[in-house]
Amino acid sequence: MAEKLVIIGAGMASGRMLEHLLEAAPGQFDVTLFNGEPRGNYNRLMLSPVLSGEKTYEQIVTHDDAWYAANGVTCRFGEAVVRIDRDRKVVVSKGGETAYDKLVIATGSAPFIIPVAGKELPGVVTYRDLEDTNAMIAAARPGASAVVIGGGLLGLEAAAGMAARGASVTVIHLMGHLMERQLDPAAGYLLQKDLERRGITVHCKGATKAILGTDRAEAVLLEDGTVYPADLVCMAVGIRPETRLANDAHLEVGRGVVVDDQMMTSDPSIFALGECVEHDRQLFGLVAPLYDQAKVLARALIGEAAAFRPVQTATKLKVTGVDLFSAGDFAEGPGREDIVFRDPGRGIYKRLILEGDRLLGAVMYGDTADGSYFFDLIKQGKDVSDLRETLIFGPAFAGGSKADPLAAVAALPPEAEICGCNGVCKGKIVQAIEGGATSLDAIRATTKASASCGTCTGLVEQVLQLTLGADFVLPTVQTLCKCTDHTHEDVRRLIKSMGLKSIPAVMQELGWKTVGGCASCRPALNYYLLADWPLDYQDDRQSRFVNERNHANIQKDGSYTVVPRMWGGLTTPDELRAIADAAEKYAVPMVKVTGGQRIDLVGVRKEDLPAIWSDLNAAGMVSGHAYSKGLRTVKTCIGSQFCRFGTQDSTGLGVKLEKLLWGSWTPAKVKLGVSGCPRNCAEATCKDIGVICVDSGYQISVAGAAGLEVKETELLMTVATEEEAMEVIAAFTQLYRENARYLHRIYKWVAKVGLDWCKDQMADPDTRRALYDRFMISQSVYQKDPWAEHAATPAEWAPIADLTLRAAE
Amino acid sequence: MTDFIDIAALDDIPRQGARVVKTPLGCIAIFRTADDQVFALEDRCPHKGGPLSEGIVHGSQVTCPLHGWVFDMATGLAQGADEGAVRSFAARTEGGRVLLDAAFMARRSAA
Ligand SMILES: Cc1cc2nc3c(=O)[nH]c(=O)nc-3n(C[C@H](O)[C@H](O)[C@H](O)COP(=O)(O)OP(=O)(O)OC[C@H]3O[C@@H](n4cnc5c(N)ncnc54)[C@H](O)[C@@H]3O)c2cc1C
Repeated sequence: MAEKLVIIGAGMASGRMLEHLLEAAPGQFDVTLFNGEPRGNYNRLMLSPVLSGEKTYEQIVTHDDAWYAANGVTCRFGEAVVRIDRDRKVVVSKGGETAYDKLVIATGSAPFIIPVAGKELPGVVTYRDLEDTNAMIAAARPGASAVVIGGGLLGLEAAAGMAARGASVTVIHLMGHLMERQLDPAAGYLLQKDLERRGITVHCKGATKAILGTDRAEAVLLEDGTVYPADLVCMAVGIRPETRLANDAHLEVGRGVVVDDQMMTSDPSIFALGECVEHDRQLFGLVAPLYDQAKVLARALIGEAAAFRPVQTATKLKVTGVDLFSAGDFAEGPGREDIVFRDPGRGIYKRLILEGDRLLGAVMYGDTADGSYFFDLIKQGKDVSDLRETLIFGPAFAGGSKADPLAAVAALPPEAEICGCNGVCKGKIVQAIEGGATSLDAIRATTKASASCGTCTGLVEQVLQLTLGADFVLPTVQTLCKCTDHTHEDVRRLIKSMGLKSIPAVMQELGWKTVGGCASCRPALNYYLLADWPLDYQDDRQSRFVNERNHANIQKDGSYTVVPRMWGGLTTPDELRAIADAAEKYAVPMVKVTGGQRIDLVGVRKEDLPAIWSDLNAAGMVSGHAYSKGLRTVKTCIGSQFCRFGTQDSTGLGVKLEKLLWGSWTPAKVKLGVSGCPRNCAEATCKDIGVICVDSGYQISVAGAAGLEVKETELLMTVATEEEAMEVIAAFTQLYRENARYLHRIYKWVAKVGLDWCKDQMADPDTRRALYDRFMISQSVYQKDPWAEHAATPAEWAPIADLTLRAAE
Repeated sequence: MTDFIDIAALDDIPRQGARVVKTPLGCIAIFRTADDQVFALEDRCPHKGGPLSEGIVHGSQVTCPLHGWVFDMATGLAQGADEGAVRSFAARTEGGRVLLDAAFMARRSAA
């Protein structure tokens, strides 16, 4: 019969251990896995990209339900173990007792809470799990303020993530410079400057006295009297091993659960691994050594020989756009010497710490390409006296000629570590490539390199390039355009986090390579800026495509089309008469009915536009925005007012929706449909947003397409009232406005972020309301008729001078 | 020979924008850059006749609104992979006014 293996904690360490165990001895154990969190194993390191919006939770799940099912693991998620009864060999949880033959404690660590007044207030969080992350995401709205206590790795990732979402963030750090355990003061200073450029306030030497607030956190008070307002306070001041269960069970516990080289505790049936353990008086806070423990424990459980030996670890901060690396020991001391390189203009700083002939430590900021090379020299304890003169320039130094970007990697010996998290060396990657793993994904699958924190991805790609030569085509990230190396997503994030409020500011701060950009980036930037800063940014007409600049669609002969708005597709005899008059008066060559239930006057001359608009305005009509990346049309069917099948007033709702949404600018055009019953005469299910009325209310579905691609919408949510339908649709439109890439229609964007994520945003009433409110703020600026505005200055639409007369003289 | 004539006030042309001058030879687009230089090009893209005056102006280049050809406004030459040129004319500013060299019209009437 299979032995009963019970595991407490489904975190990163036990997850990796299970992978090894199930691979080596499938079926040998009957595994029960408890987890305090209501979910299985996910990549905790990647919470920071989730916080900053670069990844979704779904993308960081390591083991999903299907994996546990396929491997026969009994999951008890959301069920904390409260006691271990060693005599009877059972663990106790709210579900009762569970017997074990072997027990693994993998409870990780608990964030340290500083004992100040107000620490229990709602709005005070730590940074450890998905709940914390979601709390920060919810709080980090543009305009909100957040305080992070602790300027170490975790605190800074939390701060950068919330800043990326638009919150104004202050970091309070007790020590004289940031990340003092990993950085020296000079690098800490550069880091602080970088963060400040992103709009983050950094307060070093700040001791927290109290968290102020009555019902929830409102501000943080420091010993020196400074007060920072805070809708949210994140405490990231350190962690300590979660040892309570082991303590109560009278296992040997020091600072952590004491284990031997085989990860065995003082009870031979009980093992432990991860951040909760103490090995050889050492604690662990990074995944690299934990993965080694996982390997060792899996072998120990099946009776194979193995011994855990801690490796040295190097540190990187996972904040996009900040490059820092530190490894080894860099404290000053007698007999130690420094080699320092500074290029303040480029924000580059490198410092090597030597003792005798050996490299002891390295701190690098701004350019970390040679990190692995130095780390390797440190670990090998090599004699570097011959290299000393040019050591700081790294392995690529070749006497002034332009360094080959691959030289640094080429110079690494096979045993040099590439992936610190998973302890994968260059030789192993080369072997995998020679064995047929010729893409990044294949390398991740076979070696795990670059599969955890991801900072070594570039290095792995370079090894691929070196080994495969011309056969390897580097997957290029799609930059916004050729003027920049940033992606659309980077630019959107940096606009918010750095508080950039004009096109020149974006180009200056993000290092645009051209003067004045190009016809691709200018409209994109204009859109991002007006979407993110509706009250501060002034729309730049000259950065718009001709159609939006002229509020009409240009045709191939240089003439334009004019489409008046018909709310929900409804019109009147008076409007039709005015349209007919205008068509005759301006000799419009074609009058066409559109697919969106509008009338299109095709072939109007540019200089006639202000006059025709003025005539249509006089009849009560406004621009139909048939040319915009914005709300186009809401198409409706007849609905319950006349139709014998109609369940709700679909035309009425269509008109209300169009009156709510018109004038808004969006990443790409947005078309709606409202059908009064499931027969769906308004074809709502191939629109960007569609509503189907049913007896019980309104089914709101999104992400349809009927253009180059054809796609049916998918259900976002069903609501009971018109008011709710309008709030959800405006909030969803705002979600799209704030997050999508310019020119991506809703269906493309939803495919990227996942419909589930959108549903979650809509399901939370606070998030939804806040989105709705932000949409309305934008509408207060942009919901205006451009026809009326431009009809007032007809001269600007005519030639500036006429020389035909002069020639005739 | 040059024959600079006064066309309009510089401020009548938006920065990073253009206005059109009608001439017997067709329309000429007068561009104004972000740093107040002016350029004059025939308002007809050699590709499909698009009105360059409606293009996005970036640096000293303009992108045709119809199919995205990019022209150097100083030389009229198409940039990148596209080959061709649009006729360019001398233009300058003086005391806040835009002057265009109208010699091309004289030549034509002389011919
Ligand atoms: C935001 C963030 C970023 C990080 N970035 C990096 C990085 O870039 N590089 C790096 O090397 N490391 C990083 N770390 C650290 C890394 O995540 C940890 O070292 C690692 O997760 C520890 O693994 P573990 O299995 O010991 O604990 P965990 O992954 O924390 O798992 C422990 C699990 O046990 C559960 N548990 C606890 N008590 C009980 C109980 N009584 N009953 C049942 N379940 C229980 C918990 O709910 C938890 O799910 C980061 C950590 C965070 C939070």
